[in-house]
Amino acid sequence: METVKTVSERSVTAVPAPRKKRKWTADHWLAIAFLTPSVVLIFIFVYGFIGWTGYVSLSNWNSLVPDLSFAGLKNYVYLFHDFRFQADLRNTLVFTILFIGVVIVLGQLLAVLLDQKLRGESLFRNIFFFPMALSFVVTGVVWQWLLNPSTGVNLFLKKIGLDSKWYTDTTIFGGFHLGKIEFGVPVAIVAVVIAAVWQMTGFAVAMYLAGLRAIPEEVREAARIDGATELQIYRKIIIPLLRPITVSVIIIMAHISLKIFDLIYAMTGPGANFVTDVPGVYMFETTFRGNYYANGAAIAVIMLLSVAIFIVPYLISGRKGGA
Amino acid sequence: MRQRAWSRLFLYAICIFMSLFFLMPVYVMLVTSVKPLDEVTLADMWKLPSAFDWSSYQTAFAKLAPNFWNSVYLVVPATLLSAILGALNGYVLSKWKFKGADTIFTLILFGMFIPYQSILIPLIQFLREIGLYNTIPGLIFVHVVYGIPITTLMFRNFYAAIPDEMIESAKIDGAGFLRIFRYIMLPLSVTGFVVVAIWQFTNIWNEFLFAVTITTSSQQPIMVALQNLSGSQIVQWNVQMAGALLAALPTLLVYIFLGKYFVRGLLAGSVKG
Repeated sequence: METVKTVSERSVTAVPAPRKKRKWTADHWLAIAFLTPSVVLIFIFVYGFIGWTGYVSLSNWNSLVPDLSFAGLKNYVYLFHDFRFQADLRNTLVFTILFIGVVIVLGQLLAVLLDQKLRGESLFRNIFFFPMALSFVVTGVVWQWLLNPSTGVNLFLKKIGLDSKWYTDTTIFGGFHLGKIEFGVPVAIVAVVIAAVWQMTGFAVAMYLAGLRAIPEEVREAARIDGATELQIYRKIIIPLLRPITVSVIIIMAHISLKIFDLIYAMTGPGANFVTDVPGVYMFETTFRGNYYANGAAIAVIMLLSVAIFIVPYLISGRKGGA
Repeated sequence: MRQRAWSRLFLYAICIFMSLFFLMPVYVMLVTSVKPLDEVTLADMWKLPSAFDWSSYQTAFAKLAPNFWNSVYLVVPATLLSAILGALNGYVLSKWKFKGADTIFTLILFGMFIPYQSILIPLIQFLREIGLYNTIPGLIFVHVVYGIPITTLMFRNFYAAIPDEMIESAKIDGAGFLRIFRYIMLPLSVTGFVVVAIWQFTNIWNEFLFAVTITTSSQQPIMVALQNLSGSQIVQWNVQMAGALLAALPTLLVYIFLGKYFVRGLLAGSVKG
């Protein structure tokens, strides 16, 4: 398709040149020369290394000594029958849904609040945003204490008769047997979700706020003239207009939650019965503490695929939309 | 009107309630870190200290200082290098587009979404091979390489806002690729560099996975040291809190003073051009 275009463009140049036509000059080669190192690095360190990880995941390398003999899908079969990995899949699913759900609702609510021309708006905004500047490790260390069953918020909650075990709770809410595990909502995950929400909600607020500010005032004016109440304006006009932003927020939060590692590693670790374990933590421990390289590589590949399901369509649709 | 006043009050109440939620960890961190040792009991977690005691900062700083400097030596060169690389890539991909440039851009972009676990095993093999395993330069290299997608994206979006006509007229005046970059793009890039540098600084300072797998003990950046501190049973938790605050301080200060640019970076990185 593109070659055809060039040919027709060339034939156009035979006619006295339209100014828009760009000539391919030495400078273009220079531009490509400057881009090349980055492209080469990305191809080796992203695509090449992914390929190599995929290869390792199909090998027998499960000890300190590299053994790259072909093992077929052995490592994957092992994982899907593994109690810990099954628990990881359940935890990731529950964590992702809860985390994204809360971030979207809270993010939208706070953005709309900040858009009401309140006094002290910039102060509130900064308070909602600052956790984003922190490391997941810092968040994990602090929330580990706040949601510690014998201290932290429980000191208040006990007064009103609540006594949550937070991340030490091994209960699986609504659980039923599936594979080797109890499938359901691990109560302990809620503690991690709270910490993650604390850190990442600002991101959603910032994006929704940018979206709200981009909606022209005339849109609201027109609706007001037609007799719509403020609540109706939000429900029928503003929120639907924010839908593309919701898509972006979902994609970004999904890829963060599917590869989450540092927050959970710093805050709870795998937890009793792996109630707060996730693939990122399992991959790290089995590869770098246990030397099961092939198993670790297989977990990494599964993580990559789960992220790619969200990201690849997003990137491709973004290109089409931009063109 | 009365009803309106009530509803305003309600809005403020929600804002204040949410602010308390967001500030709660900061309160605990601050209060605990300045408590004298005998008041650091779990039952008194929320109480204010009777007197200021900075000893937990002394202890935390003594433990974390070497790692703090490791992080500084890591983050400064890594941020500068990846910003420069991003600026050049963004310039080429926005102003010197060639056939397939957008495809290459999309392929580069994919690199910022991957879970780094999926490149970690070969990466460590590679770093061992070239002798950069367990070194700060090794970590710098890693952050520059995996920073390419985000910095390229940010600069490409930033440069897209500079009108093509400026480039075209400079070309007519005989300026080439490098002169246009040096005399037109760079002077207009100050904001772009600030935004990208803040973003990279924050991300690299806060990063944990590469840090914990590529370095050991004396070479470790601060976040790994903080995690070790909180993992060890013998360390009092007032020291952990002081340590967390010390580790968070640089990025927190950047946010407090340059927050506007931080949020711009966030939006530039999340909304695709």
